[in-house]
Amino acid sequence: MFLINCPFCGERDQSEFSSGGEAHIVRPKQPTELSDDEWAEYLFMRKNIKGIQFERWNHVHGCRKWFNVVRDTSNDKILSVYKMGEKPPVNYK
Amino acid sequence: MPNYRINKTEYIDETKRVSFKYDGKTYFGYEGDTLASALLANGIHLVGRSFKYHRPRGIVSCGAEEPNAICQIGSKKDLTEPNVRATELELYEGLEASSQNCWPNVKFDIGGINNFISPLIPAGFYYKTFMWPKSFWKKVYEPLIRLSAGLGKSPTEPDPDIYDHKHVHYDVLVIGGGVSGIIAAKMAAKNNLKTLLVDDKKILGGSTIYQNNENIKIDDKLSSEWLKNEIQEIKKLSNLTIKTRTSIAAYHGYNFLLAKENLTDHLPEEKKKNKIRQRLWKIRAKKVVISTGSIERPLVFNNNDRPGILLSNSINKYLDYYGVTCGENIILFTNNDSAYETSISLHKKGIKNLIIDLRKSASSELIKQAESLGIKIYFNHVVTNTFGYRKINSLEIMKLSEDGNTTVGDKIKLSCDCLGMSGGWTPMVHMHTQSGGKLDFRDDDQVFLPKENSEDQISVGSCNGDFDLENIIDKTVNKINKFLYINNQDYKDTKIICSKENDKRNIWLLPNKIPLGKTKCFIDFQNDSTAKDIKLALKEGFRSIEHVKRYTTTGMATDQGKLSNMHALGIIADTAGVKMGSLGTTTFRPPFTPLTFGTLVGRNVGKFFEVVRKTSMHEWHVENNAEFENVGQWKRPWYYPKNGENMHDAVQRESKAARDSAGILDASTLGKIDIQGTDASEFLNRVYTNAWSKLAIGKCRYGLMLNEDGMVYDDGVTTRISENHYLMTTTTGGASNVLSKLEDYLQTEWPELDVYLTSVTDHYSTASICGPNSKKILNKLFPNLDLSDENFPHMSFKEDKLKNINCRIMRISFTGELSYEINIESKYGHSLWKMCLEAGKEFNLTPYGTETMHLLRAEKGFIIVGQDTDGTMTPSDLQMDWIVSKKKYDFIGKRSLYRSDTIREDRKQLVGLLTDDPKEILEEGAQIVSDVKSKPIDMLGHVTSSYFSPNLNKSIALAVVRSGKTMKGQKLIIPMENKNINVTVSDTIFLDKENKRLNA
Ligand SMILES: [Zn+2]
Repeated sequence: MFLINCPFCGERDQSEFSSGGEAHIVRPKQPTELSDDEWAEYLFMRKNIKGIQFERWNHVHGCRKWFNVVRDTSNDKILSVYKMGEKPPVNYK
Repeated sequence: MPNYRINKTEYIDETKRVSFKYDGKTYFGYEGDTLASALLANGIHLVGRSFKYHRPRGIVSCGAEEPNAICQIGSKKDLTEPNVRATELELYEGLEASSQNCWPNVKFDIGGINNFISPLIPAGFYYKTFMWPKSFWKKVYEPLIRLSAGLGKSPTEPDPDIYDHKHVHYDVLVIGGGVSGIIAAKMAAKNNLKTLLVDDKKILGGSTIYQNNENIKIDDKLSSEWLKNEIQEIKKLSNLTIKTRTSIAAYHGYNFLLAKENLTDHLPEEKKKNKIRQRLWKIRAKKVVISTGSIERPLVFNNNDRPGILLSNSINKYLDYYGVTCGENIILFTNNDSAYETSISLHKKGIKNLIIDLRKSASSELIKQAESLGIKIYFNHVVTNTFGYRKINSLEIMKLSEDGNTTVGDKIKLSCDCLGMSGGWTPMVHMHTQSGGKLDFRDDDQVFLPKENSEDQISVGSCNGDFDLENIIDKTVNKINKFLYINNQDYKDTKIICSKENDKRNIWLLPNKIPLGKTKCFIDFQNDSTAKDIKLALKEGFRSIEHVKRYTTTGMATDQGKLSNMHALGIIADTAGVKMGSLGTTTFRPPFTPLTFGTLVGRNVGKFFEVVRKTSMHEWHVENNAEFENVGQWKRPWYYPKNGENMHDAVQRESKAARDSAGILDASTLGKIDIQGTDASEFLNRVYTNAWSKLAIGKCRYGLMLNEDGMVYDDGVTTRISENHYLMTTTTGGASNVLSKLEDYLQTEWPELDVYLTSVTDHYSTASICGPNSKKILNKLFPNLDLSDENFPHMSFKEDKLKNINCRIMRISFTGELSYEINIESKYGHSLWKMCLEAGKEFNLTPYGTETMHLLRAEKGFIIVGQDTDGTMTPSDLQMDWIVSKKKYDFIGKRSLYRSDTIREDRKQLVGLLTDDPKEILEEGAQIVSDVKSKPIDMLGHVTSSYFSPNLNKSIALAVVRSGKTMKGQKLIIPMENKNINVTVSDTIFLDKENKRLNA
């Protein structure tokens, strides 16, 4: 059970959140210009890293805000939390 | 009756006699006893039969590791509990316990025959034998195994006990209240850290609390006396909470732990009543100190499982803590110093005993003490066999060869009535590994130890491999100071005299002249696996410890191999010629000891099992005999049976009434999302497939929402209330997911849009009135409202007052009838409903439930997302191309609608089906084929909705069929168990294609 530090509410139990998968995948501005392969790349392909992963979480049973999390998937440690639109912390690249 | 209680101790209250029943016979013990100590005091060792060979088995230990003394408590259908360890069960007046796994009784049983045919029951026996013939499994093998191996009985009625959950937060959690745990807790609490100390026993102190050897002293006191003082001290600390009878069941990530606190299991029946039985603690701790100690290892030799053979340290505890001797002529068999403590204790109480030591020699102070007391010691000897059926009565020993691999010389036969064994100690690293920690192997004494301690978790004491007292105190203090960033000096001057030494001679499988195949060297007592089984598994090619474990079932019983895992590993390593550390261990999974379901569930039983959502009309539905359907958490009226109607009859009546005159539905559960902001129209444009900018204020529009993959996600009608204000409805089940999805796009993809979303599902109650007379009913309710088609046409919205209360009225239809939805603030929902019914009385306004709603919409071919769709249907698959805007540049899922896969023409597509026999009703989910003769049969699709329509007087169905769009008029077959049903593909709209009824 993670403890997640919602950037708006503070530390809360994992049961209040839902995971939204990999972060920083931007929806293409002009989907119609894309080939099937390019669209599929956006739609389906995810990194699923063992190690440091950038992901999105939603405080669904709290403030309902989406935000970003840096998590080491090998030990589930959450290394950083930051708001939507903010730049990912550089030290985890 | 024999009495083995020979010692007075402060832990047994001999003024409080307790009677209990074991296997139907009444015995007596004292307050402070466990069931095991009370049985031993009565001279009872034999407590069960082994799982496979049904060999007699006795009490082995005094704690959670006990493999044999497993019993069934109580006999009531609702309160009986299996798999309780007699070594942990505190005795109480009126306790009824019986031995498990020994049908028909413990002294004689049919399964005992297995012992004689045991050459036929090797490793993998169950896999090899009961595999074939397959038909025998259910009727012959399984009942046989279950009957003869009966591992206890589950209660057959609901548990009447009360269980509780508690959430707590601490700075420091200390697991285990032995010497190191007490020191750690004291250091933490004295440093102003909010600390919780838990221990599974009734009192703190671990095994030191009954230690009374004058050669083991702290600050010139017996170590037990010193520890009692420490316990008195810590009880005074205000920020330390101490919970005894509390065991950690699971250690999850982020220092989240589950603990079970036993509150009433030790109380007599009448005192248990109306009290919480067990409490599950959900603990969040900033730092965790693990001080769970270690457990003694058995030794693996021929016939090491007879009743009367116990762990040496357990014999010591039964004597010095419970005052009970396990025999009158005891032999201790050891490879290390700890059995000498037991020996000296026994000697002091006048119990004859001698020692067989695997080591060639040893010379610690403790051994000198034993020698000076005249205790006979056979160094460099090994037990090669034991005798006695229901209890050990003698054994044979032989000298060990120089290398320890064989025996030499003559057998010496010694008589005894009890054998204590000590193979050294195994650190309890379960908590460390459960938390994700890794282990290292220490070759010196063959133990697995925590590899690293993290910033927020540490192991101290013997669970960390620090076995002797000097080390425990010294190392614990140093580690805790560093771990908690404190500088506690309380123990700086503590003087310790410890006469024990740590050397041992480790031999996993002890040598014997008898070939291994003819011996019974047990490793796992509870699952009856022997050294021979392990070797056989290796011979048959198994290498991984995880495979050997499953093949031989070693470590897979309710004790999870607490006593057996290390020996299995050792024998594998020795046989395969590899280093034990390189094998790794099996995974230690929670719970550490079994948990009851009651504890896990806590108060969430009966009506608290699940959250239930009810509409404000709910009471009326209940009063009017509604049957309910669960839709998500909502309770929705399913149908309203009248005068003993069955479901079919009720639905037929309701459906007919709704089309013939008027029907009313509680539609309050539909999801409602209030959308406001200057970009609300643009937002709707992006999330729905159709266009929204031109929707006039006061108008309603049906919308279809897709996932980005182009598949239908949700649908509903949205109303434009004012320029920048919309009210969206969603499906009942999809409401919260739709809101999350919309928030996702708003917050992450389109943060520039000025849009605000609020869930208002619970704010409004909705009564939906449909049917040709609905307008007349509306007119009675809202006499001032102009209901003409010109003023209030289909797909439009008005506001009016019902007795001064604002109502939002939408003229929208999910049934194809002229229909109005009246929304009112939830607190007036019940009144609204009653007023509607009153007004509709003269028109036979009939309440209908979800089943009728489904039938009516199916007649019109309206889809239900989640019933006719399953996440793989595009709008085109549903023949709903009309709702997908060609003009809009983008909306969620648009690009996916022309991927190569979504434009395939042979996708499954929604069609109508009519049965050749109009009375035949298809089963939803039934498969559809065109040819039953060709094999394999080509599956074309399945039925998604099916009803008998009273309005059409025939059976109708919706289905998804491969290339269904092109199949209109084609004959298909629904193969059922006992017949094939012939159907014809039809249009999806069965009734009123021209939509005349909407304006009737
Ligand atoms: Zn939040």
